[in-house]
Amino acid sequence: MTPSNAPKTGQPSVFHTSRRRFLATTAMGLVALSASGARARILFGTGLPWDSGSIEPPRQILPGPWTFFTPREGEMVEAIAERLIPADDLSVSGKDAGCAVFIDRQLSGHYGTSERLYMKGPFQPGLPTQGDQSDLTPAMKYRQGLKALDDHCRRTMGGRSFTDLSPEQKDQLLAAMEKNEVKFDGPVGAGSFFSLILQNTMEGFFADPIYGGNRDMVSWKMIGFPGTRYDYRDHVLKHNQKYTLPPVSIGGRSDWARKG
Amino acid sequence: MARKLPRKDVVIIGLGWTGSIIANELCDEGLDVVALERGPWRDTATDFNIGYAPDELRYNSRQELMLRPAQTTVTARNNAGQTALPMRQYGSFHPGNGVGGAGVHWAGITWRFSPADFRLRSHYTERYGAQAIPEDMTIQDWGLTYEDMEPYYDRFEYLAGVSGKAGNLNGRMQEGGNPFEGARKREYPNPPMMQTFGPTLFAETAAKMGYKPFPIPSSLLSRTYTNPLGVTMGQCTFCGFCTNYGCANYSKASAQTTVLPVLMRKPNFELRTLCEVLKVNLDSAGRKATGVTYVDTSGDEFEQPADLVILCAFMLDNVRLMLLSGIGKPYDVRTGTGVVGRNFCYQMANQVVGFFDPAKYNFNNFIGGGATGMAIDELNNDNFDHGPLGFLGGGSTRCAPIGAEPISKRPTPPGSPTWGSGWKKAMRDSYLSNLSVGCEASSYANRGNFLDLDPTYTDRLGRPLMRITFDFPENDVKMSAYVTSKVAEIVRAMGAQQIVEYPRTGPWSTVPYQSTHVVGGTAMGADPSTSVVNPYLQSWDVPNVFTVGANVFPQNSGFNPTGTVGALAFRAADAIRGRYLKSPGPLVHA
Repeated sequence: MTPSNAPKTGQPSVFHTSRRRFLATTAMGLVALSASGARARILFGTGLPWDSGSIEPPRQILPGPWTFFTPREGEMVEAIAERLIPADDLSVSGKDAGCAVFIDRQLSGHYGTSERLYMKGPFQPGLPTQGDQSDLTPAMKYRQGLKALDDHCRRTMGGRSFTDLSPEQKDQLLAAMEKNEVKFDGPVGAGSFFSLILQNTMEGFFADPIYGGNRDMVSWKMIGFPGTRYDYRDHVLKHNQKYTLPPVSIGGRSDWARKG
Repeated sequence: MARKLPRKDVVIIGLGWTGSIIANELCDEGLDVVALERGPWRDTATDFNIGYAPDELRYNSRQELMLRPAQTTVTARNNAGQTALPMRQYGSFHPGNGVGGAGVHWAGITWRFSPADFRLRSHYTERYGAQAIPEDMTIQDWGLTYEDMEPYYDRFEYLAGVSGKAGNLNGRMQEGGNPFEGARKREYPNPPMMQTFGPTLFAETAAKMGYKPFPIPSSLLSRTYTNPLGVTMGQCTFCGFCTNYGCANYSKASAQTTVLPVLMRKPNFELRTLCEVLKVNLDSAGRKATGVTYVDTSGDEFEQPADLVILCAFMLDNVRLMLLSGIGKPYDVRTGTGVVGRNFCYQMANQVVGFFDPAKYNFNNFIGGGATGMAIDELNNDNFDHGPLGFLGGGSTRCAPIGAEPISKRPTPPGSPTWGSGWKKAMRDSYLSNLSVGCEASSYANRGNFLDLDPTYTDRLGRPLMRITFDFPENDVKMSAYVTSKVAEIVRAMGAQQIVEYPRTGPWSTVPYQSTHVVGGTAMGADPSTSVVNPYLQSWDVPNVFTVGANVFPQNSGFNPTGTVGALAFRAADAIRGRYLKSPGPLVHA
């Protein structure tokens, strides 16, 4: 169980813990280790802030080194999240809200590996009504889709990579991907890759902040969602009246944190 | 080689709503009962703990409490000419897994079916003539009447603590209730839920248009309640994390909150979790079940002998176990003969979304629950004249904001951007000022829609997956277009600036979530040539096998199914206690 030997495959494993990530989460890990011994080691490999069937409280995912992405991939996903959800007078950008961190951790967990899905063959193309029949997991789609996007940019944009493009050029390319008007090399189509990254970016932006996105409940504040308050009995009959209490997340609120 | 275990009186497959109700009843009879549950133990404190129950990503997006396709899924196709492919992730419907089953993550809307539902073919024939029923529409009577069901509906409603308003008490119509419901002997056990702004506006508008709105009967409780078993539930807090979530407040009725605290303490009850039944074992003549064979998580096989086998799993699994075990004659779509897999139906989930002026309307849709809202029933079933319309059936119409968790519930008006600053603005403006009205409509059996075993795809244990061959029949598509247009009139009159109608249209797709109300496949009925179980839920072919679930519906009504499923569980338990045990054998002679 040597963290630095972890393979970078996105497969679920208690061994799948990079040294960088271990260091980044050491402070949190020490607390967990002191509480429950060796079991805490499993926490690092799941990409999730909780374990199924466990009553232990969720743990906040913190920004830090990538667990799935290469540095290059991470920069690209941040650049995409920054255009899908741009900074404006309504909110910070998807990048600054932590959407890329969210996606990275998700791809390190069961979502990224499709381990809970039906992945037995034979794999054969189906009708649109039969859903995704690909044998590629989300982790594999990101690895191949990001490479295809980078290759496309270098080939058609004068050798520049996606992150080198101007905001307008990025938006134009993303819009073309959305319409599936861009041809990607490899098995991941531009249209389906765009749908995937849009879906995951939105998940990160709107999910509870414990997953690493929606930093400081930025999206909830923007739209007026009070989060996890869980009891609205006193407001049910206040018809057409604004709900004024600020949002709360599973981890509480930053202004509740212990001072000093 | 399976290890043979000591005999039990009763083995129950699946410990959800029906399994726990029947187990509790049969334990009271003094029988030695074992329940086998393929999923894990689940309880409120551990699995729907208030500290993390309100987590949209975990429970709604990633379906933490639901059956994982890696364990079992289905294959699907629209017609017998296509190749069925696996649902690699569940989309269209969400089977449950673990103790409590889908009853953990259900919405809590708890209807009684209409009196006409139970004699549907007879009813339509009497009112419109036999020629009004299309030749390929294989709707049929249930082999019992609403009056037969009334006492069992009552028992389920009092077990669950349903909050609502009667519309018909012993034939006397009640102001404020559903004027179309069958007569009930007494009021609901709890008063209706409070109503938020959206449902209130819907009800006021509908009333002005001549409809008779009433509160949705809700198994989320309007007040603290102690049920006849002595189990106490809490008041619903309108937390907005309801459908697809477990309830941390003990306010949503489920096996956990109504039966298990009593059942688990009974010395003659035993539960084995993470044990998946492979098949029901039959004697050499195939006329008597000898028990079941199951596998645990270590992969070891066990044979559990029992005198009585009761299939209480999710409806798809009940049908599949019948097929895998060779109980009943499989349906053959080419000849229209055979019964197991026949009359597979669904639910036509129609919706109208209204976008209102954000400066004037604030619906606070995050305040809500799966069953909090107002309904009308004028557009349901045969509550309106179908004579000139060219279709049969209809649906219950209701405005019921179930919550507004923002990964999944932030609609924007058509034509809005899907990303960028333009999307942000449109989404922000619509978030508190949109309102949906749904029409959950009937799904009528069709000769070409059925279940059988897939020839290619297998589960993790190597058994064939269930194969669904299904598309929306023309009748149901016409019905959906009609009821949706009527719902749109109401939403327009409510003051929406923009309206989007979503009538369900073909072909059926496995991808978007529609409803977990898949039904049929082992229909109940009085005629063994068109049914798998008799009106007591007992197999015609193997009399010591019973099955309870939506799999016994011959077709689906324009109502959510759980009220009827729960009532059928009490009916089957009563039949076993009062009739079968006195004289084990067929309760009805064909």
